[in-house]
Amino acid sequence: MAYTSRKKGRKYSMNLIIFYVKKLITIIRNEVLVLPSRVTVILFFFFILLLPVFTDDIYILRVFTLASIFAIFAASWDLLSGYTGQMNFGHALFFGVGAYGSALFNLHMQIPPWGSIPLGALVAVLAGLIVGVPSLRLKGTYLALTTLAFPIILLGLVFAFPGFTGGELGVSGIAKLAPSRVADYYVVVVLMLGLCTIMWKITDSNTGIIFHAIREDEIAVRASGVNTTRYKLLAFCLSGFFAGIAGGLYAHFMRIAGPSTLEVSLSFQVVIWTIFGGAITIYGPVAAVFLLYPLLEFMHFAQDYRILLFAVIVLLTLLYMPDGLFRWLREKIETECPRCKVRNIATRDTCRICTAPLG
Amino acid sequence: MSLVLDIIISGLISGSVLALLAIGFSLIFGVARIVNIAHTAFYMVAAYCIYVATTNLGLNAFLAMAIAIVLTTFLGMISYKLFINAIREHEGAVLIATIALGMIFQEIMSLVFTGSFLSVPALIEGYFTILGVKVFYQQLLTLCAGLFVMVVLMLFLFKTKLGLALRSTAQDREVANLMGINEARLAMITMGLSVGLAAFTGAIVVPLTVLEPQMWMPPLIMMMAVVVLGGLGSLKGSFVGAYILGFAEALVVFLAPMGAYLKGSVALSVMILVLLIRPEGLFGVYFEEER
Repeated sequence: MAYTSRKKGRKYSMNLIIFYVKKLITIIRNEVLVLPSRVTVILFFFFILLLPVFTDDIYILRVFTLASIFAIFAASWDLLSGYTGQMNFGHALFFGVGAYGSALFNLHMQIPPWGSIPLGALVAVLAGLIVGVPSLRLKGTYLALTTLAFPIILLGLVFAFPGFTGGELGVSGIAKLAPSRVADYYVVVVLMLGLCTIMWKITDSNTGIIFHAIREDEIAVRASGVNTTRYKLLAFCLSGFFAGIAGGLYAHFMRIAGPSTLEVSLSFQVVIWTIFGGAITIYGPVAAVFLLYPLLEFMHFAQDYRILLFAVIVLLTLLYMPDGLFRWLREKIETECPRCKVRNIATRDTCRICTAPLG
Repeated sequence: MSLVLDIIISGLISGSVLALLAIGFSLIFGVARIVNIAHTAFYMVAAYCIYVATTNLGLNAFLAMAIAIVLTTFLGMISYKLFINAIREHEGAVLIATIALGMIFQEIMSLVFTGSFLSVPALIEGYFTILGVKVFYQQLLTLCAGLFVMVVLMLFLFKTKLGLALRSTAQDREVANLMGINEARLAMITMGLSVGLAAFTGAIVVPLTVLEPQMWMPPLIMMMAVVVLGGLGSLKGSFVGAYILGFAEALVVFLAPMGAYLKGSVALSVMILVLLIRPEGLFGVYFEEER
């Protein structure tokens, strides 16, 4: 009796597993494989996770590790400035605070990286609050130019108190992220994939809809009974948290937190990546970093010309696709059904869900 | 006593330079709603033009200044026509495009001049002493030239028809357009005027500073702080804000320990404090939301 029930139970759980596998296959076949953009995302996941299998070149792994760190950073800018429209031109503040924070926690309190990075990110959240509160009353260009000031103020303080911050040399001698380069790579890449998915989920949730709405028409959102101040502060804090994690990872990966993490050029860089890839998408900045960062690194033959070429590429992209490269590409390969708003591959004549003809 | 005089001179000069830069930046923002990050890059280009004209070609300093200003103005108008005009409606895209433009100028300069520190001799050598403080004639010249150009600009804006067109477009673009003002052409002219002002600033400042491809960054940040402090698009605000921040900088440099590092921080903190009290800046005009 007991035997049969156990057998039954096992059979039942087997059926359940088969059911879920079948469901997964159905989802992959009907929802993922039908759209080239989703296939690309899956391929990207495989590529980035399997890269160390194909190459153990330390240099290539290093480039992709740094690209992953900057991808988190760029996506966090998109979460704040793309979605809520709060143009933040001093995003390096969060990165720098995260980097310095985790470096100092690690150095002075001997907290290992898995603890110091989240702590550094929490300090960055605090920075987000400090920036957010005065910035809430400002709009558009005012906000952009004001936020630009914060990392520069902090940079001045870093230089003025070299005893604590290391001055121009930065904080060095902090713990390694992981024992080996490949382990470093996996820690950073898995975190990048996870955090970017979380960011994408946030923007896809109800909170994300409110973020969208604040960008489109803040007065209307307030009129609908939403406390926009709270949501704008939330956006600052979330963005600061993710950027702070990127900064902490950077500090532990490079084993130094220097003034370069607070520079204006880093703030500009993240804006360029995001707008180039396509703002308000999350995938745009990530893809742009993975396209532009390795491209810049691998241009050995043109060491002197690479920043020039970078700027020219960005300028030309903007002229022909002001919405960003990856959004433009997506518009080319996919069309939205005019009736049910479901995305379809551009080669289809009728919608895959409601069979309405696609214009 | 001599310390006070030092602070006054230093504050006046950096204030005037910032005022010239900020007025140019405000003009193009007011008329065309373009946030031109590359504004100080044009200032750098003009400075390098003067270096080439005086050191390499051996031209007269005043001729070199004139050539530099004209060339840079043309450069500004061409880059406006090619890169900015097409994407004017996308606010974010304009920001990126002008950042990219600034980076392009910076990189070209560091390719041509290899990023080393260069300097240009003063127009008038020598100095005189008041109360034991050395005042270089070049400093005085820079100050006077700056003030003179500001007066000329005010006369142009308030006494000529073009100035009227400029001010009315800054006030309300659509109504100005309805009154028969050619908005596109005016934007082009304003761009030329604004870049010309930046170039002029570069020309009068170049004997007082060192030339290097990164030299456009520090004034860019201070200029933006001035513009935000004074109120975007307000010329009076830019003028007052520039002197406030110029003197704040000078005070910190001369009085605080580690002042040279902290001057930017303090000036920017002043800006943030003012914004906490008046979010639209000191003389900010509230722009109606454009639809």
